[in-house]
Amino acid sequence: MNIHEYQAAEILSRYGIPLNAGQAARTPDEAAAAARALGGTVAVKAQVHSGGRGKAGGIKLAKSPDEARDVAGRILGMDIRGHTVNTVLVVPGVSIAAEYYVGITLDRANRQIIVMASAEGGVEIEDVARTNPDAIYRTPVDPVRGLLNYRAVDLAFALGIEPAAVGGFGEIVKKMALAYLNEDASLVEINPLIRTEDGRWLALDSKMVLDDNALFRHPSHEMLRDMAEENATELTAKASGISFVKLDGNIGCVVNGAGLAMATMDALQVEGGEPANFLDVGGGANAAQVAKALSLILADPNVRAIFFNIFGGITRGDEVAKGLLAGLEQVPTQLPIIVRLAGVNAEEGRRILATANLQSAETMEEAARLAVAAAKGEAA
Amino acid sequence: MSILVNHDTRVLVQGITGQHGSFHTGQMVEYGTKVVAGTRPGGKGREVHGVPVFNTVAEAVRETGANTSIIYVPAGGAPDAIEEAVAACLPLVVCITEGVAVNDMVRTYEVVKRSGSRLIGPNCPGLITPGEAKVGIMPGFIHARGRIGLVSRSGTLTYEVVNALTQAGLGQSSAVGIGGDPVIGTSFVDVLTLFEADPETDAVVMIGEIGGTDEEVAARYAQEHMTKPVIGFIAGQSAPPGKRMGHAGAIISGGAGTAAEKMAALEAAGIRVAIRPGDVAGLVKQAIGKA
Repeated sequence: MNIHEYQAAEILSRYGIPLNAGQAARTPDEAAAAARALGGTVAVKAQVHSGGRGKAGGIKLAKSPDEARDVAGRILGMDIRGHTVNTVLVVPGVSIAAEYYVGITLDRANRQIIVMASAEGGVEIEDVARTNPDAIYRTPVDPVRGLLNYRAVDLAFALGIEPAAVGGFGEIVKKMALAYLNEDASLVEINPLIRTEDGRWLALDSKMVLDDNALFRHPSHEMLRDMAEENATELTAKASGISFVKLDGNIGCVVNGAGLAMATMDALQVEGGEPANFLDVGGGANAAQVAKALSLILADPNVRAIFFNIFGGITRGDEVAKGLLAGLEQVPTQLPIIVRLAGVNAEEGRRILATANLQSAETMEEAARLAVAAAKGEAA
Repeated sequence: MSILVNHDTRVLVQGITGQHGSFHTGQMVEYGTKVVAGTRPGGKGREVHGVPVFNTVAEAVRETGANTSIIYVPAGGAPDAIEEAVAACLPLVVCITEGVAVNDMVRTYEVVKRSGSRLIGPNCPGLITPGEAKVGIMPGFIHARGRIGLVSRSGTLTYEVVNALTQAGLGQSSAVGIGGDPVIGTSFVDVLTLFEADPETDAVVMIGEIGGTDEEVAARYAQEHMTKPVIGFIAGQSAPPGKRMGHAGAIISGGAGTAAEKMAALEAAGIRVAIRPGDVAGLVKQAIGKA
């Protein structure tokens, strides 16, 4: 689950990380009031679940409350990589002596949590990884005890931080690791972490991603969810045990199993079509699940054809076919439907489907071709 | 002689009285797997599909000589169940459970790594040696005995490929679903190593998907250490970046882990890559000279 910068900042401040504390604002007047309260030059920052805010013009300096009102007026409502800005964060302007990137995440290849840090602060870490990979230093986090002190110190020296400032840097990174473990995050990032000209450490921008699978341990995290940033259909699907991702194509897909669902999307693309969604209906593919899946797909006005790809395993093909027909009865549609049923008792299943007004295919490739043709409005 | 499970496998089911545990115990018994025990705290004395239930893993192992555990415990308790099996020194632990918190698995993986146990999963369909033992949730009857090894991060996509192999007359020595999570106990490389050493496996099919770099690491391993042909398929060629595709591990972040990168790495390592799952069986036949 993604959360906003100001929410991540609230969490990290509870761990004692020095933040450039500001105020969230939802209107230009609120932004002006925040700037007045903070005094001096402020930065007005768009709050969206997306990187590249600076480049998109979503972060601006303002020298007065009036200018803050002006700037906020331009940023609120702005679209940044498909995300609408509903909130801005107003923070005090600071004078920067040095800036660093520090991020904690899972290193999948080594199955451990690591700190990544570089002296190229303020730049997206993906860009540094591409252009100057040797500038990124890594050290592991103990999943029980957190970041050990000597590792934090090592990291600080590797980054070229002056000895007097090493301790302060280490404390911040250790606190970040503690937050990562205690909050069950999958990312804790401060970028940039700065040294001010008067020698203080300050987190200028923070980001956290929380592990959906650990939300059961953190009921309060659910309140951090920004419904405006989530896809309503995806949330409805999740509640029904269906895994759904909206895509840009016009062929609706209903598949059992995540791997097969991805392979189905691929098959459509190989045949020159585009999937309207990823959809894993779960193991059974019974009438109720099929009906729910159909409702999700039909909510998308772009859909021109529906492709069922079901592998009958433990739930045999004939049962799947009956469930499918019952589901189609509950949620009727005029769109062309292509069904590919494979696995155990598939032939019997196909015989049952033959009684209905839909196209049936034996292989995934053949079904994909039929679906692509149907979506283009061609008779197969 | 196949890998990991065979006639001598004696299965213990953790969470045997739950809905999934009970159903799949029946399916495994029906397949002919020796399911010797189940556990559920407080369940001692009960039976599920004729299998005796014990309170703890240690007790079940002592009483029945179980040597493999399969876990159907819900996500919150699964890491503890894995560690209980490891503490009882079971050599093989298979965790089917989906949705385990990542940090929990990082901690549990540290324990598994330092032990003598091998963990398969979590979030996996399990593994099967056709005709000998099914330790998982896959439909047993699509498999046939044979000499093709299979390793996969997926569930139904694996069944799809197994079914196609069987229909093409290519039986399987063993088929292993390693799981779709970011942190799993057994990697592609681990399973490739076992297949390479297995005299009854002639070729290996590897089914990967987007996310992480395990497929790339496996490709390098195959190139440097394997004499047997490997045939690959990667799911998610059409997936957009940053979106989770069902499996917690199937997400492309920061450009790494795309299907295109993985397919290129496999091909560079001399692995034949199928564009469509339907092409896998044909490539296997070519590789073993039966086309």
